[in-house]
Amino acid sequence: MSANLLTLSGVHTHIGAYHILHGVDLAVPRGQLTMLLGRNGAGKTTTLRTIMGLWRASKGKVDFEGRDITAMETPLIARHDIAYVPENMGIFADLTVKENMLLAARSAKRAQQMDAQRLQWIFSLFPAVEKFWNHPAGKLSGGQKQMLAVARAIVEPRKLLIVDEPSKGLAPAIINNMIDAFAQLKRTGTTLLLVEQNLSFAKRLGDHVAVMDNGCVVHAGSMQELSDNEDLQHRLLGLAI
Amino acid sequence: MKSMDFDWKPLALVPLLALLMVPLIGSSSTWITLTVAGLAMGMIIFVIASGLTLVFGLMDVLNFGHGVFIALGAFVATSVLGAMSDWTNSDVLWRNLVAVFPAMLVAMAVAGAVGLAFERFIVRPVYGQHLKQILITMGGMIIGEELIKVVWGPAQIALPLPEGMRGSLFLGDAAIEKYRLMAVAVGLGVFLTLTWVLGRTKIGLLIRAGVQDREMVESLGYRIKRLFIGVFVVGSALAGLGGVMWGLYQQTVTPQMGAQVNVLIFIVIIVGGLGSTGGALIGALLVGLMANYTGFLAPKVALFSNIALMVGVLLWRPQGVYPVANR
Repeated sequence: MSANLLTLSGVHTHIGAYHILHGVDLAVPRGQLTMLLGRNGAGKTTTLRTIMGLWRASKGKVDFEGRDITAMETPLIARHDIAYVPENMGIFADLTVKENMLLAARSAKRAQQMDAQRLQWIFSLFPAVEKFWNHPAGKLSGGQKQMLAVARAIVEPRKLLIVDEPSKGLAPAIINNMIDAFAQLKRTGTTLLLVEQNLSFAKRLGDHVAVMDNGCVVHAGSMQELSDNEDLQHRLLGLAI
Repeated sequence: MKSMDFDWKPLALVPLLALLMVPLIGSSSTWITLTVAGLAMGMIIFVIASGLTLVFGLMDVLNFGHGVFIALGAFVATSVLGAMSDWTNSDVLWRNLVAVFPAMLVAMAVAGAVGLAFERFIVRPVYGQHLKQILITMGGMIIGEELIKVVWGPAQIALPLPEGMRGSLFLGDAAIEKYRLMAVAVGLGVFLTLTWVLGRTKIGLLIRAGVQDREMVESLGYRIKRLFIGVFVVGSALAGLGGVMWGLYQQTVTPQMGAQVNVLIFIVIIVGGLGSTGGALIGALLVGLMANYTGFLAPKVALFSNIALMVGVLLWRPQGVYPVANR
């Protein structure tokens, strides 16, 4: 079994006339948490969307567990046990919190068929999900929606969880909540790939880090290495973590 | 935060419109007759429009060819009911129903099957291209109408109501046509079935979610294109059913009848909020009532009245009475 669950090799992505990714090489180690960092417009979100097949790679290869998923349709990629939380959270505002969760639980046809034990665990991580169970998701606050988005992504065990900017716009208390949730998920063996702008969040959670600039990964290594090297931080990110 | 904060205002528009007309019409019996006729017409339009609104909501497809399924359903019914004239000529209601029910089923099956081909060969190549969708689906409707003429001929064909469904029931002085009551019942049945499927089943949940954010539904592992094909076929079948009901309502069918009803359907789905079945019901009832009231009060403005209704509603709620979130 390869040490890397997900590997991107020389991935290029075009969106219309724009060439966004210029040969991304990225390895996501199994069972660990990889942070994808970079300035605005570096290509982080495009990388995640390319992994999910929401935008097609024009060149290069995306491997998941040794299988080439580059040309697969998004639903098939998701069915390889990859959960994705987009930057806008993708909450179905007209549906209740329960219905949002039920949709993500592919094996359940009714709410009663969802794994009760796992739900209790999710409620302990994100109490708002239980509190507003029968409420329309559109009425939740931004932080509660983010909790629901992550809760929905983990309603069933997945091998890889991809989250685009999980701490964006969240209050510090909720960020701590989120960090605790990701730490617990990592302990269950789930591999995580998070895009982050919040560097202290990244530092507290990340095992590995990849830094993007101009559509390429310009640095990859351990988070510890980046944390310990202020020069590297300045050079790659323009500021110290 | 309330869990059940249903927006009642659009729903109240229907009784409000009906009550506003009481003093204008004057006679209560005439008002009852017109109101039931309006509700019946509205229910038939709802049956036709419900599939179209979901088709638009789910895949952003502007299907201007929806009318062909209406005409097709009506023409199929002329053949089926014509072959069962012994049953339709009987004045026993249950014998009439035995004829009408299979006519509806066959019309739905044929319209659904043609809808499957229509989606595959006409709609699928132009996903995401609105202008091309409008042009090619209108072209598809023209071809469909011509094919109907090839099979059934270009002339208008009579689709008389079965004997037992003719005539009226009397509520005081108010005459209520039996068929209109039946149309209301069928429309309610379709609405309740759709409400149950959309509200209580996983497929319905997927459709509602897909109308809001199809990319996220795909990211959760569901093939929305398959779902869309299913919705398109059901929408076409419902248009076929609506065609039978509309044909029996008018008692004649023409190959152009779908194109004529198309305008009303688009008003309904715009008034209702694109992608909203609840909105389509409200829109259809308002259109049906408005057409009947103005037809009685001021026949010359009847054609304009539904446009005015749409303008009024859009000034109040620019995205329709029940806009779908995230759209």
